[in-house]
Amino acid sequence: MEPEALLSVRELRIAFDGIEAVRGLSFDIRPREVLAVVGESGAGKSLMARALLGMLPRGAATSGTISPDLSAHRGHRISLVPQDALSALSPVHRVGDQLAAAVRSVARVSRKEAKARAVAALDRVGIPDAARRARAYPHEYSGGMRQRAVIAMATVNEPGIVVADEPTTALDEEHRDQVLELLAEQREAVGAALVLVTHDMDAVGGHADRVLVMYAGRLTELGPADQVLARPRAPYTAGLLASLPRNAAPGRRLPALPGAPPAPGTPAPGCAFAPRCPLAAGPCHTAEPEPREAAGRLVACHRWEELPHPAHDLFLQEPQPA
Amino acid sequence: MSDALLDVRDLVVRYGPATAVDGVSFSLAAGETLALNGPSGCGKSSTALAVLQLRRPSAGEVHFEGRELTSLTERELRPLRPRMQPVFQDPYGSLSPRHRIRDAVAEPLKVQGRWHPADGPARVCGLLDRVGLDPAYGDRLPHELSGGQCQRAGIARALAAGPRLLVLDEPVSSLDPSVRAGVLNLLADLQDDLGLGYLFICHDRTVVRHFADRVIEMRDGRVTSG
Repeated sequence: MEPEALLSVRELRIAFDGIEAVRGLSFDIRPREVLAVVGESGAGKSLMARALLGMLPRGAATSGTISPDLSAHRGHRISLVPQDALSALSPVHRVGDQLAAAVRSVARVSRKEAKARAVAALDRVGIPDAARRARAYPHEYSGGMRQRAVIAMATVNEPGIVVADEPTTALDEEHRDQVLELLAEQREAVGAALVLVTHDMDAVGGHADRVLVMYAGRLTELGPADQVLARPRAPYTAGLLASLPRNAAPGRRLPALPGAPPAPGTPAPGCAFAPRCPLAAGPCHTAEPEPREAAGRLVACHRWEELPHPAHDLFLQEPQPA
Repeated sequence: MSDALLDVRDLVVRYGPATAVDGVSFSLAAGETLALNGPSGCGKSSTALAVLQLRRPSAGEVHFEGRELTSLTERELRPLRPRMQPVFQDPYGSLSPRHRIRDAVAEPLKVQGRWHPADGPARVCGLLDRVGLDPAYGDRLPHELSGGQCQRAGIARALAAGPRLLVLDEPVSSLDPSVRAGVLNLLADLQDDLGLGYLFICHDRTVVRHFADRVIEMRDGRVTSG
């Protein structure tokens, strides 16, 4: 039986000036899960995340449904961990006051109680001597502490869903793992689901329950993270994974996806990935594949059954002639 | 080692009272990739800038093709600079937003007085083709290219100078993994064909392990292993 959904996205479309960047996306967010959303730049991941939060840029035309609509409860039932922790905090307010303001924006509690909750949240994310550090300004925090404070801010009101938009992109490996672990730990502590938007496939393994792979504004593959990583069924997912150095066979050349994702507004008649896909044939050039149940997950590919495993060799390209 | 392309001895870089690089030594042969790996702030990029003499080191020696660079004047360095070229992390930031790609790639030829109207444009096309960019992209501005295409243009510009050493400072860190693989393959091919030495600065261990012949680990301005 499918676990009950905390939030359901159905046929979501997001367009700017008639150009669709998200093109009919349907998926659920389950209670307490970590759902990683991966894909290359321009796949529509961040727009989808912004739509969940009701934070789409002006001029975005949307259709489809997101239910329940939590955009009026932003900061309360759904919250955001932004990419850039430095610009997410006000430089002229004390960190504790900023958290307390977040508490009082959604709960009718005394200033004292709000402050206590702010300190507790800072303590929970591992800020040493939280009561004292709550009185400091962001510039008095190190980069890592700011990142922690932003995560405390996103979890202080115990939301049902935390959306983290590329939270680790600017970080080195060591800090990336720390932030991912902290996010996972905080998600657990407040019982929230975590939507982890990232272009870093390395960040998915070990941190996500399920993974949603997006390409050109659509779902390509959605399933349990361990299964998708161990045996991708969509050629696009296989190509992304094959291109990771950690998965590469010894030797100097890495498998790579040829070409680039299509620019929005220039959809070919068939599968959007077909021009880059080593398996593309026949129907791939004429009909856009719909997500179907396959191998315990959803896969949008006409030829998923033809995908070999491992698929590395499919994406190995010959050196260019000098 | 006298036959090394690059030999760095006891390099020190200070910014005011702060010591960013604290006695780093290594050498690099032609055709070899040496990686500098370590967390943010460990001194990797300061080492790169000091090797390139873009930031003069506070102490230590940098031998490049047998010449000791730190004792040379700017004027004496000028003829050597084309032989050691940087490629930076931010592909958009390292190209002028108002110069077309072909002009950016032509610039090193013009600066060195190697530009001839008769064959210059063809050489630029050849360089773009060499890095896997359709020469038609030469007419574009950087913002009209993807990050990976821009980084390829940056590599083409570095090649235009005729280098023996590329100092690659996080050249693939801002790229999607799929695009990253293509750029790493390009760099591997160029090294095989041209025998370039690479000083490869990267914080991602999986990339380093795959790409580098040797790795130096840095922390707090010092070499911890390698």
